[in-house]
Amino acid sequence: MITDLDIADLKKVTELILQQHGYDFRDYALSSFKRRVLRILELGGLTIDSLLKKIADQPGYINEFLDELTVNVTEMFRDPGFWRLLREEIIPGILLNNKQFKIWHAGCSSGEEVISMNIMLKEMGLQDNVSIIATDIDTAILDKARAATYGIKNMEVNEKNYIRFQGKHSLKNYYREENGKAVFNSELLRNVSFRKHDLVVGEAFNKFDLILCRNVMIYFNQTLQNQVLKKFHGSLFKYGYLAIGTKESLIWCEYVNRFIVVNQEEKVYKKIKD
Amino acid sequence: MSRYNLNNSYKAIVIGGSAGSFQGIIKILSQLSADFPLPIIMALHRLKHVRHGFVEALSIKSNIKISEPEDKESIRKGMAYLAPANYHLSVELGNYFSLSTEEMVNNSRPAIDITLGSAAYLYRTKLVGILLSGANRDGALGMKQIKDKGGITIIQDPAECMIDTMPKAAQSITTIDHTLGIDSIVAFLKELQQHYK
Repeated sequence: MITDLDIADLKKVTELILQQHGYDFRDYALSSFKRRVLRILELGGLTIDSLLKKIADQPGYINEFLDELTVNVTEMFRDPGFWRLLREEIIPGILLNNKQFKIWHAGCSSGEEVISMNIMLKEMGLQDNVSIIATDIDTAILDKARAATYGIKNMEVNEKNYIRFQGKHSLKNYYREENGKAVFNSELLRNVSFRKHDLVVGEAFNKFDLILCRNVMIYFNQTLQNQVLKKFHGSLFKYGYLAIGTKESLIWCEYVNRFIVVNQEEKVYKKIKD
Repeated sequence: MSRYNLNNSYKAIVIGGSAGSFQGIIKILSQLSADFPLPIIMALHRLKHVRHGFVEALSIKSNIKISEPEDKESIRKGMAYLAPANYHLSVELGNYFSLSTEEMVNNSRPAIDITLGSAAYLYRTKLVGILLSGANRDGALGMKQIKDKGGITIIQDPAECMIDTMPKAAQSITTIDHTLGIDSIVAFLKELQQHYK
C-alpha cells in the first residue's frame, strides 16, 4: 500500500486532467486531495504511473475518477440548528419580499440536503413557491441524487437529525423501504433541476435568493474559495442569503465586505452590496 | 532537569486520545502555562452530533486558550486546538488547518490518524506526537508516520491507561520513543518549554 505521495506526483495528475478534461484541481486543499488520490490508488490497485496512463488512455475513466475524488459523505438535516434557523428566520425573511423564490444547492452530492430542503418547505406549505437548482461536478452522484434512494443504514442518523430539527412528522412519512433501501417520494423532487456544474471553471448561470454550499469549499484552498465566493456573489440577488458549513469562514475573502453575517453560529450570510 | 535531550527546533505538539483519555488531557492542559511555546493540536474521539461543550469542558482547568479551528485558520503558538465534531482536522503546508467531511477512518470522524498523518507530513522532524488511552486502533498509523518522518513518539503508559488498545496498537507497528504516565508527559512538555526561553 502506498502511504504517501509527492506534490510532484499530484501535480502530474492535476495537469493531465486539466489538459485532457478541463477540470482544474490545482487549487484544491492539498491534504484532502492527496488522501483522495491515495484512496483511488488503493481502491484500484494502481500506482501514480498506472493512474496517469489510465486517465490518458481511457477517456471514460474520468467520470469514475471524479466520483471517487469528490467527497460524497453527507446527511439529511446535518446541523439541525441550521435547519431550524432556515425555517424560523431565513425562509420567512425571503418571503417578506418574494412569494416565489429560487434556491441553489452548490455541490449537492447525493442529494440529502435537497431532500431535507423540500421536506422542510413542504412542511411549511411552500414547496411549490420555490424552484431549486442542485449542481455537482460528479455526474454519477447526480444520478444517485435524482434517484433519491439511500441505504437504510444511513437513515438512523438522518432520522435523529430530523427529530432534532423538530420536523412535523417522522422522516418515515417521506420514504418507503424497498430491498434494504429508503426510497423517497419522487414528489419531493418535483421542483428540483439537477445539473452538472463545476464551481471551479463553471460560470454563474442564474440569480438566486438563497445559495447553500455547505462543506464544499473546505476542499478548496483560499485562492479558490475567494474566486468561488465571487461567483456566489454574482449569483445572488441583492439581500439574498448564502449558507456555508458551520466551521467554514469567509473572513479572508475579498468580497466578504459585500456580505453581512446573519448568523455566526450557523454561518449564514446576506449579500448587501452589488 | 534534562531527561529527554530536547532542543528548540520543535514546531507543534499533536495529541490523540479516545476512551479514557479525558482526565489525562485535562491534567496536561491544567499543568502547562499559558505561555507554552508550541501549538497543541488535539484529535480526540467525540460524539459526532454534539457540537458544543467539549472545548468548554477542557477549558475549565486549562491555562492555554483552546479553540476548535475553522477551515483554513492559521496555526498559532500559545493555542491549543481541538478537532471539531464530525470533521477531520488536517494541517497544511503554509501552517494552517483544513477540515474535511471525508468518510470515517477507523470508525471515527475526527480521526486521529488523519490529524497525526498530516502533521507528520508538515512538521516532519519538528513534531512531538502523543497518543493516549483509547479503545481502538486509530492513531497507530499516524504515530508510525510521525516516527517515519523523524518526529518524537510518546504513548501513555498502557499500565496507566483506562483502555490500553490504542497505545498498544501504536507500539505494535512503530518505534515509540517514550512510554510515559501522564505526570511524566507533563514533565516532558515542561522540559521542552525550557528550551524556548
